[in-house]
Amino acid sequence: MVERTRGLDIACHAILVLGGLLVCLPIYFAFVVGSHTIGDVLAVPAPWLPGDRFFENAQTAWQKGNLGRLLVNSVIVAVGITVGKIAVSLLSAFAIAYFRFRWRMLAFWLIFVSLMLPVEVRILPTYEAVANVALPLQWLVDALDVGRLMGVEIALDWNLMNSYGGLILPLIASATATFLFRQFFLTVPEELCEAARIDGAGPMRFFRSVLLPLSLSNMVALSIILFLYGWNQYLWPLLFTTDKEMATAMVGLKTLIPQSDSEPAWNVAMNAALLVMLPPVLVVMVLQRWLVKGLVDSGK
Amino acid sequence: MLASTSAPSTQGTRHASGAIFIDASKDAPQKWRAPSGSSAARTPRRGGERYSTAGLKRAHYRQARLPFLLLLPQLLVLLLFFFIPAFRALAQAFVITDPFGNSVQFVWFDNFRALLASPEYQSSVWITLWFTLAQNALTIGIAGVLAFATDRVIRLRGLYRSIVLLPYAIAPVIAGILWAFLFNPSVGPVAHVLKMMGIAWDPIRSGFDAFLLVTFAASWKHICYNYIFLVAGLLSVPPSLLEAAAVDGAGPGLRFFRIALPMIGPTIFFLLVMNFVYGFFETFAIIDAVTRGGPGGATMLLVYKVYQDGFVHIDLGSSAAQSVLLMAFAIILTLLQFRYVERNVNYDV
Repeated sequence: MVERTRGLDIACHAILVLGGLLVCLPIYFAFVVGSHTIGDVLAVPAPWLPGDRFFENAQTAWQKGNLGRLLVNSVIVAVGITVGKIAVSLLSAFAIAYFRFRWRMLAFWLIFVSLMLPVEVRILPTYEAVANVALPLQWLVDALDVGRLMGVEIALDWNLMNSYGGLILPLIASATATFLFRQFFLTVPEELCEAARIDGAGPMRFFRSVLLPLSLSNMVALSIILFLYGWNQYLWPLLFTTDKEMATAMVGLKTLIPQSDSEPAWNVAMNAALLVMLPPVLVVMVLQRWLVKGLVDSGK
Repeated sequence: MLASTSAPSTQGTRHASGAIFIDASKDAPQKWRAPSGSSAARTPRRGGERYSTAGLKRAHYRQARLPFLLLLPQLLVLLLFFFIPAFRALAQAFVITDPFGNSVQFVWFDNFRALLASPEYQSSVWITLWFTLAQNALTIGIAGVLAFATDRVIRLRGLYRSIVLLPYAIAPVIAGILWAFLFNPSVGPVAHVLKMMGIAWDPIRSGFDAFLLVTFAASWKHICYNYIFLVAGLLSVPPSLLEAAAVDGAGPGLRFFRIALPMIGPTIFFLLVMNFVYGFFETFAIIDAVTRGGPGGATMLLVYKVYQDGFVHIDLGSSAAQSVLLMAFAIILTLLQFRYVERNVNYDV
């Protein structure tokens, strides 16, 4: 610090403590309610301290919300999205930064433009696209009238609804991750590639043995953000799963929220909310430094 | 086509990463062309470049097929789930389909005209606007104060940071549930306190209360994001500037407003854009968990309305027209975000 300002320092600590309380109090109350019976929760005055029913409520929530199955789904989807996005964008960034070919700038711009189309604004047509991925092919078949040539009616149908593919595949394109890796590749010394070529390594060998190990820290930082992104997805699984067994924990959680005062099982709902937010919270707490790096890098 | 599109990107990336970016066509002498056998020798000389080399490594490969294979997965996903759906939304916005899907009639801008004239849509636009502005002011304001304080303290700084960061891990749905509980009139602790203070509070019946509740929940979830960037931005302000100002007699407050704040201006601009993106597109889950657009449409944000009209009321033309308008807005926001990358010249956050 430049100078000593006792009063201001105390005020700063006070502000930060207030900020901490603002963050923690909602979580604390979720814990308090999650550890009481519903009778205690509805009593006046309401409890302000944790009770002893936490694990019983957790059990109820687990069964009522089918959380075992849904959490497994969430893990599969979140990991699938993370791995898929990183793999796909690493390859694209490699192609764009290290190859000279005819449609390079076009590919770059196509990926860039996708930034402008968040899922939320094209809900309905994307829904149709997932309900039948083969639809564009079908148009092609219809337009070319292939069916009449061969004397058969061709109906293509490839439905991704209620499958892990439908939950993961449409989300693995990532302009942000592609740009992050491209930006990183541009900082890699040119000599590495030249040396690799002199040693007779082809492009894929160079990618595997030089670029991948170098990108490791970026991959870790990014995968934290992507894992949180995948785990916290809501709209997408809500739309593409009609089968309750294929929903994710986020969607299942909604069925536990009391919608009326007739059955106010807030203790179970809050308990489930705590369970579902536990994995990402742990990830953030343990890997905080990497998270900040990833966020600041990808915002750039 | 290549010439026109490559120009802004060259500029943008060079500004963003300074010396890091190496543009083969400008900086590198010709002999630096990567050794790639006979094909290098056949390269047309400067000025006769066939394709743009913006953002290309100086040492690169020349192959035709491999890069396409590498790009294929990403482009295929984009084609199937981005471009074709977006194009179909565009097409659907200009037609009326009867409920059984038998006849399709091209109606030019009728869907848009009906949409813009409908009072529900107008009120939804205003609600979204107010929501986003309030959320923006709350998050940047609180995050700014916290970041300023974090920059001043030395002891416990790491702990404070970890705690303020926590909501980043929490999904919007869960943030919504937590706040819905806190402010629930029959069980929520905050609602109890309000009742004791004699303040009437009922988000289930009062539209304004519901609006406040949704705004609080959305802001609470997003403060951490703003905070991370502001703290990183304040850290990157050169200490020599601050010390010089201190020698000239500027106190901590003056230094913050006169030096640190202008220097992190681009970061704030970026955060404003990102908050708009968040408010417009990512708050769907909060609305769905807390109010479902009610009561009486008081929290009917635009993205929730697209979903409602498309999936609940099955009004395809109107939903598609709304999608197109939102897309236009998303494009504007992305371009603004891109401006940030270009303006971020002096230092990296």
